[in-house]
Amino acid sequence: MSIISTGFLGRRTPTDGKLPPGQYLTTDFPVLSAGPTPHVPVEKWEVLIDDGKNILGRWDWKSFRNLASENITADLHCVTRWSKLGTSWEGVSLDALLGDIQTDAAYALVRSYGDYTTNLPLKDLINKQAWIAFRFDGKDLEPEHGGPARLLVPHLYLWKSAKWVRGITLMQQDRAGFWEGLGYHNYGDPWREQRYSDDK
Amino acid sequence: MWRVGTVVGLHDETATARTITLQVPDWSGHVAGQHVDVRLTAPDGYSAVRSYSIASAPNSEHRVEITVERLPNGEVSPYLTQHVAVGDRLELRGPIGGWFVWRSQQAEAVQLIAGGSGIVPLMAIIRSRVSAGNTAPFRLLYSVREPGGVFYHDELRALSEQDRSVMVTYAFTRAAPKDWSRPPSRVDAALIAEVTWPANLAPSCYVCGPTPFVETVANFLNASGHDREKIRTERFGPTGERK
Amino acid sequence: MSSQIPYLDGNAAAGELGKVFAVDITAAEGQCGSCGATRRFAEAHLYMGGPGIVARCCVCEHPLLRVVNTGHCIILDINGMTYFRFDTTE
Repeated sequence: MSIISTGFLGRRTPTDGKLPPGQYLTTDFPVLSAGPTPHVPVEKWEVLIDDGKNILGRWDWKSFRNLASENITADLHCVTRWSKLGTSWEGVSLDALLGDIQTDAAYALVRSYGDYTTNLPLKDLINKQAWIAFRFDGKDLEPEHGGPARLLVPHLYLWKSAKWVRGITLMQQDRAGFWEGLGYHNYGDPWREQRYSDDK
Repeated sequence: MWRVGTVVGLHDETATARTITLQVPDWSGHVAGQHVDVRLTAPDGYSAVRSYSIASAPNSEHRVEITVERLPNGEVSPYLTQHVAVGDRLELRGPIGGWFVWRSQQAEAVQLIAGGSGIVPLMAIIRSRVSAGNTAPFRLLYSVREPGGVFYHDELRALSEQDRSVMVTYAFTRAAPKDWSRPPSRVDAALIAEVTWPANLAPSCYVCGPTPFVETVANFLNASGHDREKIRTERFGPTGERK
Repeated sequence: MSSQIPYLDGNAAAGELGKVFAVDITAAEGQCGSCGATRRFAEAHLYMGGPGIVARCCVCEHPLLRVVNTGHCIILDINGMTYFRFDTTE
């Protein structure tokens, strides 16, 4: 039995809104990293879509920014239990990037500058569920929050929204990413509280 | 793993930092430089754990002191510096760490370099030296923003006045006392060369403070010839959470 | 200023790793499996606060060790080191 510290609340805000199970509301924006912040100048930046053998799509910063973008309002749920509601982003939908690509792949491995990866079913990246976001809260996305651009997949835990996105590999067989291979849930639905690999 | 300590004393070191003295009945003892993890649990079960260096010298009274600096966006430090009262109980785990330590059998010269709250474990080392009657020559370079931010000021002054083998140099980075010979500025290679033990004395160096401070200072020491294995470092900072 | 460098060092993970290692880990020496640098674990660049803890080589940032604590088990990956050496003489 832990000792209770009377009056200790932590960095949480009371909420009437509905949160996924086990989450707490926060008003700040924690910076959680698995590694050093990559600093990628936009002149060198690119995002690729490949199938492990062939490049199926490639955009440099200029061509990426020429694509139609949209404003997104998203609730963020981190597996470390904080949630931040109503965040505003601007980004390019994965539907726009994947639109012309023919594939029978069912899975995707998202790769970041640095060594971070995360995997998810391809069907979770399409149908207005995912974006490559380059602006947060009205400003260019800062490197510590994943800038120049990060993946945003709000319906899954935030570790799936890979920062510093560099590419997406389409795969026929699933392959675990950085945290999925070390005990985190392969899918990660916050509403079913799928945090760890032995959660249903 | 988690022990329970009772708060038996509170002492404000500065306007934002407080020393908490804990009585821990089953404390197994510690070595200067080690730290404890403190866990706070809210009534609804939410908990947070933070590491704090032990400020007290090893002692046989089961006494553990920590000095906590209140961080502006902190989650635990505001509670520890403003809400905790004498008689409260806190959970702690430790002592932790076996590399960033000084043992009283050590006879070589020691160079301590503190950045801000990095002074805490180095003060434990100084206090350990005193209580053990160790006479190894010690130098402390203590970098701090301004005079009001100095921890343990009176104790450090008394010590350097009474003991010629302990030399304390302050480096103020934002505001210095009137007539201070060095204008406010960060620790640089020139200051290191001027007030710290030279490399050929092969001192054991302990550097503690925020990560950028430690990186800069350790690089200076390395560049001036100190062996890498003789430079021990401990970095303080937010555990990944900030605004 | 400290927010610009997002790592601590091996000392910061010692409490958590004390659940797994019976002896102090900070003084243990490890060799990076990528660049071959040999350092004390206390010197590793420690990234924490995320889903798990990642300790990286202070020379090349290669991940040496990763830890996840799910609440009922601890999963450890030490593939990033060619060896990890603990002095048992104390």
